[in-house]
Amino acid sequence: MAYTADKPTPPPSAEELRARIPGWGADLDPADRPAFPKEQSLDLNAHWDFPDEQPEPPGGRERSIEHGRLTPVFGTAQPLHGVSGAIRRYAYDRFSEARAAHWLLLIAGDRVDAGGAHLRSLFSRHPDNPITETGVLAERRWSPIGDRLGRADVRHQWIDPFLIAGPWILGAAGVVVVARRLLRRR
Amino acid sequence: MRAMTYRGPYKVRVEDKADPGIEHPNDAIVRVERAAICGSDLHLYHGMIPDTRIGHTFGHEFIGRIEQVGSSVQNLSVGDRVMVPFNIACGTCFFCARGLLSNCHNVNANATAVGGIYGYSHTAGGYDGGQAELVRVPFADVGPRVIPEWMDDEDALLLTDAFSTGYFGAQLGDIVEGDTVVVFGAGPVGLAAARSSWLMGAGRVIVVDQIDARLEKARSFAFAETLDYREHRDIVVELKRQTDWLGADVVIDAVGAEADGHFLQHLTGAKLKLQAGSPVALNWAIDSVRKGGTVSVMGAYGPLFSAVKFGDAMNKGLTIHTNQAPVARQWPRLFEHIREGRISPRELITHRIPLEHIAEGYHMVSAKIDGLVKAVILPPTA
Repeated sequence: MAYTADKPTPPPSAEELRARIPGWGADLDPADRPAFPKEQSLDLNAHWDFPDEQPEPPGGRERSIEHGRLTPVFGTAQPLHGVSGAIRRYAYDRFSEARAAHWLLLIAGDRVDAGGAHLRSLFSRHPDNPITETGVLAERRWSPIGDRLGRADVRHQWIDPFLIAGPWILGAAGVVVVARRLLRRR
Repeated sequence: MRAMTYRGPYKVRVEDKADPGIEHPNDAIVRVERAAICGSDLHLYHGMIPDTRIGHTFGHEFIGRIEQVGSSVQNLSVGDRVMVPFNIACGTCFFCARGLLSNCHNVNANATAVGGIYGYSHTAGGYDGGQAELVRVPFADVGPRVIPEWMDDEDALLLTDAFSTGYFGAQLGDIVEGDTVVVFGAGPVGLAAARSSWLMGAGRVIVVDQIDARLEKARSFAFAETLDYREHRDIVVELKRQTDWLGADVVIDAVGAEADGHFLQHLTGAKLKLQAGSPVALNWAIDSVRKGGTVSVMGAYGPLFSAVKFGDAMNKGLTIHTNQAPVARQWPRLFEHIREGRISPRELITHRIPLEHIAEGYHMVSAKIDGLVKAVILPPTA
């Protein structure tokens, strides 16, 4: 195939496409596209120049140090608490969003939060249930093997049990090792 | 109220939770009538998005009825049925004033790189989401819109994120008449992007995925040619072969952080969280677009760094357009398209799941079983 100035295979004509595709070309004119141009002012029904400020909760509200101030509105869904809260607070207070440490600490905080919540649940009236809460029972009604046969994502599913169970096994092994050392010292 | 709550990676349950209240004069409380599970909820479900706290309620796609309004709400009344865009926006900050509603600077204290999003961890502001009976909706005068009488509820639901995002992604491609458009990912957003590409005058649309049911949907819903990347040793070479060895004019990444296809990248990104997610789809997009072409990225990635082939992007002279969709900005034109019968977003819905069974719903969306494309969640009071 020669490399020339034109596309070797021209696209179908507008008439042909209009006959085949409902609505073909309705937004051909970029002026009809809501995102074009990229930045434009809109009437958004906001009747303030700067919004009223949501009261800051007792104990303050964590925020990115890339913000000059606490935003006037913020979520209050799950306030910081415990060890995970301390890790997250440190990530927000110390590192900007540009630093990998900020995000890696937050991910570490997530894992501590999840592990702690799981342990606490064991002493509650509603312990975590790995059968119902992972939704794996849905497999009963469908075709677990047939639906996945030959899929690319199956190639890496073998690693999931290691990634999910691995930290628990390593954690338990660590507890055993420390306990044995303490017992030997006695 | 009953609400889905996160219990750690791969674990969610439905439990009783305190009702949300008015926390700001322009808040509203919405009683949810329909919600949906989005592909990007999987990033939270899999523990990939930093600062996803135990007890968080996901869900940024929902419609419902106004239950309560704050003292400064002027445009909505108790009883109104509203569709709520997934972005929370104040309407007057530097970014909102320029129509960048997904980049609002006044609603996310936890980060500056992303705006506020319902049910999307504290990285997106720490707001609980709509996979519940009730949800707090800040800036009720700016975001929500009363659902038009003539509009089907499920069309309205799909406009709160999935279809609007796909439509926006096609716009980010700057498509001109006759362009060849390749879409990576045949999930709801990819399918919407493929369908929308025709509205903008595409001459050819090719959708790449690996799930048979989704590829079938790409043919029937989006009128697209399809490629199953499992059938080709190198999908980039196949796309070059199919585009006269030039490459596509526009490539849309509608996959994001969970991309399969390359084991090591998937392992380091999606599994071990050492990257912002698996960059397979984005790298395929950079490789398969033609020189001087445009890459549109709507696939959601985490905030960490990624091993993206930026050298190739630079050498090829690519334009890369990205953003979360400013949803409400898309609505007036999308309303016209629906009313004129050009599109019907609800055709993407394949499953309707009661809120009480949402753990199974998440598993099905995550495992992509039973031909699932889009799952709608039905609260008990709906």
